[in-house]
Amino acid sequence: MVDIDSKPGSEAGADVLLDVRNLKTYYPSRARVLGRKQDWVRAVDDVSFTIRRGETFGLVGESGCGKSTLGRSVVRLEKAQSGQVIFEGSDVQQLTGRKLKKIRSDLQVIFQDPQGSLDPRMKVREIIAEGLSVQGTLSRDERRERVHDLASVVGLREEHLDRYAHEFSGGQRQRIGIARALALRPKFVLADEPVSALDMSVQSQVLNLLSDLQQEFDLTYLFIAHDLSVVEYISDRVGVMYLGKLVEVANATDLYADPRMPYTQALLSAIPGSHTLRGRERIVLSGEVPSPLDPPSGCRFRTRCWRAESICSVEEPVLTEVRPDHWAACHFAAES
Amino acid sequence: MTSARQMTDEPANLLLQVTDLQTHFATRSGVVRAVDGVTFDVPAGASVGIVGESGSGKSVTSLSIMRLVEAPGRVVGGQIRFKGRDIAGMSDREFRSVRGRDIALVFQDPMSALNPVYPVGKQVVEALRAHQPLSRAAAMERAIQLFSMVGISAPERRVHEYPHKLSGGMRQRVTIAMALANEPSLLILDEPTTALDVTIQAQILDLIRDLRQRVNTSILLITHDIGVVAELCERVVVMYGGRVMEQGTVQQITDQPCHPYTQGLLTSIPTPEMKGRRLNTIGGAVPNPLRMPPGCPFQPRCPKAMDVCSTKPELNQIGDGREVACWLY
Repeated sequence: MVDIDSKPGSEAGADVLLDVRNLKTYYPSRARVLGRKQDWVRAVDDVSFTIRRGETFGLVGESGCGKSTLGRSVVRLEKAQSGQVIFEGSDVQQLTGRKLKKIRSDLQVIFQDPQGSLDPRMKVREIIAEGLSVQGTLSRDERRERVHDLASVVGLREEHLDRYAHEFSGGQRQRIGIARALALRPKFVLADEPVSALDMSVQSQVLNLLSDLQQEFDLTYLFIAHDLSVVEYISDRVGVMYLGKLVEVANATDLYADPRMPYTQALLSAIPGSHTLRGRERIVLSGEVPSPLDPPSGCRFRTRCWRAESICSVEEPVLTEVRPDHWAACHFAAES
Repeated sequence: MTSARQMTDEPANLLLQVTDLQTHFATRSGVVRAVDGVTFDVPAGASVGIVGESGSGKSVTSLSIMRLVEAPGRVVGGQIRFKGRDIAGMSDREFRSVRGRDIALVFQDPMSALNPVYPVGKQVVEALRAHQPLSRAAAMERAIQLFSMVGISAPERRVHEYPHKLSGGMRQRVTIAMALANEPSLLILDEPTTALDVTIQAQILDLIRDLRQRVNTSILLITHDIGVVAELCERVVVMYGGRVMEQGTVQQITDQPCHPYTQGLLTSIPTPEMKGRRLNTIGGAVPNPLRMPPGCPFQPRCPKAMDVCSTKPELNQIGDGREVACWLY
C-alpha cells in the first residue's frame, strides 16, 4: 500500500530539517494579448521531499529542469505559487517582516559565480560582515572577531581581509563567498553550483572545505550542480529533476548504482567518459527537453523515453518508494 | 638528453606538426606568454585531445593553428606545418584556401560562428561556395544532405530557420555541418560540448564519433574535461601554463600519469571510489599569466619540486610513445 502522505526522506525516525510540501513555483511567460489566457512556465511543479538534519542533499538535472528555482524557493529567494517549506515549525514561504529577516540567518546561500555575487566596492571584511551588520545582533568588536574567525576557518589570511574581491583568484573568491554564508551561523546552506566556475585543480580544495565545514558547524546542505560526478561524491541523498518534477530520489550510492527512472539512467550514462572509463552502457536520448510552458501529459519524460507505453501519456506517475530510501516516479520503476 | 622533436621520424603521415610554438600577448602590464614552446603532432586519421585548465594555452594553440590570433597576440616563434607546409610561410590568400576547406574549426559557442541575420542553410551554402564551384541550388542540396548527416531532422525545413530558432544542441550540429561542408582533413573542436547539457553533450559526442568513421577527418579536440577526451581521442596532450606537461595515449595518461601535475589533477577529480574520503588537492591556484614562474610553470604548486625545476624541462620521450616535460624523467 502506498501512503499518500509519504515522500522521500520522511521515513519513520528521520530527523527532518526542511519539509517541502507540494511546492509550485511558476513564472509568468511574456504577457499575452488582453483576454487571452496567461501562460505559466512551471519551473517547479508540485515537488515534495524532505531534507534531513546534517545531510547533503544533491539536486541534479539539466538546464531548465527547475533545480535552481527549487533551491531558491526553499530559501525564499523566490516566492512560490503554492505549497509550503516547513523549517523548524514555520512555513518559510509565508514569513514576512521580522520573522523572515530572522530566518534568513538560518538559511544561507553560496552562489556559483563568486565574482558576480561579491560587491566589487567592498573590502573582503565588509563582505563577510554584511549579514552580521544587517542582523545587528553583535557589537562592532564581536563582529570583527567573528570575521577573523571565519577567515581562518575558510583558509583566508588576515591581510586578505582589507583587499577587494577582484584581487583574488576564483577559488579564493569562493572562500570569501563561503565565509559570508557562514557568518550568521546558519543551519542550512543552499550551495548552487558552488564549484562549477572553478578550475579542476581548485575544485577539490573547495569540496574538501565544504565537507570540513559541514562537520564543524553541523550544517545541512542542498547542493545543486550539473556535474553528476561532483554530486555523487558529495551527497548523502540525491534528487533528479526533469521539467519541474522530482523524478527520482535515493541515497547517492543506490541512485548511481541502480537508477530506476529511465531519465536518470540516460542522464548517468551520459557522464563523459563513463562508458569508456567506467564501463557503463551509453543510452543516448533522442530529441530535446519539451517546453515547460506546455509539458507533455502524463509522464513528462515519455516523449523521449524508450520504455513509454500508452499508460504514460494518460497517468502521471507519482514518486513511489521502490525500495528503502529509493523513490522513483515511473510506472515501471518496480521492475528492474 | 635528446628532445622529443629531434627523435621524431620524418613526417610521412603527420597531418599537423606543431613545433616549439610561441604565441605571446603584449599587454600594457607586460607580455603574456600564453603559448610558450608547445610541441605536438596530429597524425593523419588520428584524434588528438588537448586538455588543460583556464590559462593553459590550449585555446590560443588552436587559434594559432587557424591564424586567428588577434592583436595584441602574435605568434612569435616556432613552426606549424600542415601537410608538410609551413603555415606561417603562406600568404593570407593562400591560407584562406586552407582555412575552412582543409582545416575547419568548431567553437564552444555556436552563436559566435553563426550569423544571426541569415538562415542557417544559407550560411552552409556560402561556406560551400567559398571553396567549391557549385551553383546555389546544388550547394543547397548539399547543405540539406549535410544537415541530415549531422542528425538534424526535417533538414529541408530546418535550412530555412534562423539560428535563434534552434536549440543549443541543434546550433552545434549546424556548425559541425558547416565545418564538414568542404570535407576538411583536420577538424579542430574547441570545447564543442562545454555549453551543452550532459545528455545533449552525449548526442554530439556520439555524432562526432560516428562522423569520424564515415568521413576521413582527423580531429584535434580542445577541452578541460578529460572525460570528453576519453570519449573521442586516442592520444592526449596535457597542457599547463602555456606548456605541454606530458602526452601519450588516453589509456596511458589516465592509468599511469607521469607528470606530477597530471597526477594531482586526476586524483583530485571526484570519483565513486573517493566517496566519503577527502579528495587529493593541488595547493595554490593557477599562476597569474603575467607572473609565470621561471622554469616549469607547475613548480610553485608541485609537491616534488626540486632546485633544478627553475630551469625549463624539455619534453622528452620516455618510451611507449610517451613524452613528459619534468626533471623527474
